[in-house]
Amino acid sequence: MIETPDVLVVGAGPAGLAAAAAARRAGAQVVLLDAAADAGGQYWRHLPAERPAARERILHHGWDRFARLRGQELLADAQVWLVERHDDRPPTVHALVGPADGTAREKRVFAPRALVLATGAYERTLPFPGWDLPGVFTAGAAQALAKAERVAVGRRVVVAGAGPFLLPVAASLVRTGARVLGVLEANPWPRLARAWTARPAELFASRGKAGELAGYVRDLIRHRIPYRAATGVVAAHGDGRVEAVTVARLGPDWAPGTERRIAADAVCVSHGFVPRAELAVAAGCRLDPDGSVHTDAEGRTSVPGVFAAGEITGIGGADLALAEGSVAGTVAAGGADRRGFTGFPARLEAAHGIRPGWTGWLTDDTLVCRCEDVTAGDLRAAAEATGSRGLRSLKLSTRAGLGACQGRVCGRTVEELLNRHTGGLLDPGRTANRPVAALVRLGELAAHHEDHEENA
Amino acid sequence: MNPADDPVRPGPATAIELVVDGRAVPGLAGQTVAGVLLGAGRRTWRSSRSGRPRGVFCGIGVCHDCLVAVNGVDDVRACQRRAADGDVITTTDEPR
Repeated sequence: MIETPDVLVVGAGPAGLAAAAAARRAGAQVVLLDAAADAGGQYWRHLPAERPAARERILHHGWDRFARLRGQELLADAQVWLVERHDDRPPTVHALVGPADGTAREKRVFAPRALVLATGAYERTLPFPGWDLPGVFTAGAAQALAKAERVAVGRRVVVAGAGPFLLPVAASLVRTGARVLGVLEANPWPRLARAWTARPAELFASRGKAGELAGYVRDLIRHRIPYRAATGVVAAHGDGRVEAVTVARLGPDWAPGTERRIAADAVCVSHGFVPRAELAVAAGCRLDPDGSVHTDAEGRTSVPGVFAAGEITGIGGADLALAEGSVAGTVAAGGADRRGFTGFPARLEAAHGIRPGWTGWLTDDTLVCRCEDVTAGDLRAAAEATGSRGLRSLKLSTRAGLGACQGRVCGRTVEELLNRHTGGLLDPGRTANRPVAALVRLGELAAHHEDHEENA
Repeated sequence: MNPADDPVRPGPATAIELVVDGRAVPGLAGQTVAGVLLGAGRRTWRSSRSGRPRGVFCGIGVCHDCLVAVNGVDDVRACQRRAADGDVITTTDEPR
């Protein structure tokens, strides 16, 4: 049976929750689904209902807003695995509902009048020697394990990378019993100051964010956690697990300079975020040059009937995601609303965006693709040996990006490295293309196919 | 972390038990399989193609580093699967 809600919202983080609530207010019949067992997304990732805690809110910002939004009906544990494009109507969305990566999940198929994609983003982690040692985590992993499991990823932890997200991660770690040895921001103070203090009036719409950040800075001071600019982790060391990291001064382009080694049992790294855009790509939505989904001021994508909100449209944080979700949900339901302009994503990129000198951390045997164990040297050698400028053929000959994660972790890095080695790829951008959006078992696919045949 | 020291002041939780590579491992209802494994001090439970140890990396279902078998079904992301009392977890690595 194909379900036909007025509005289908995929993703129940801040943007999706706001979109679904707004669409409901506008009178639409809404289905809101998420792959997780509960609403909140990564931002409001929280303890499960089975583990109540009296003061859970100390791990969160905007908890009251979440408390209001989370009361909505949610189709949980729903993994969208296919978005089927049509010429004359919005796409059909195929989901499997049940325990994550299970075998006999329930099939649900939706042909909504309007689709709102609010699938969020995940971290971009640049490779460095030893980054696949156990004890190296993405900063998001540290955050998720602290908020939803009350597990600290280590006892002596270094938080490193770029961007304001490093601060809440440090705050969560100290509230989970870890000692944070330092928060290391790759970019230098002048760049941070220039980007964040220019045209202050524009930041008015993001003032909630400023208050949130100020809270984290107070946290750092209270816990005597050093915050260092122009500094990064450029290597992790240990026998089977992290025992130490090399911390380097970084130049303005992130090229490594003076190094020192410090003992640590975990390092949490985030160099930025990648929009989780595969469903939008499958739907045919146009992307902006940075890989985020292009929308107009009402949240419309380039595909009629398909809207996008939140981090997949540009990394801007939860307040912006809530605002975008609200607009997209209202308009998807047939109402009218418009986004206020905010320069936050552009500012974030200007202050914290990745700089090309990071490749100075790499050695030939530094792993780039963690799934298929492809090194930086393998990529360069393949480009030199074949003379190819085709990303597709270089992926096939090296297997970079072809493993279980389907290039989610290494895709952009592989493209950037090959772009340099080849003098310019002929087919860039394709590592964002994943027609099958999640691992699906052949048995589930076969059952799906039989169903389709019966309906045909 | 130890509930007695936890600033979020956790309330009572239901104990569960998983069988991980034949050994009983305690956890709490609502945890993910990865949460139970990490809470029990296990950092790695898989090897990459060339034998490098793997455990949790992204923690949000993206990287697929943390795959385990759950009740005989392979390739389940441990960070995404909620643990159920009595689940039999098989890893491809001996405990480290």
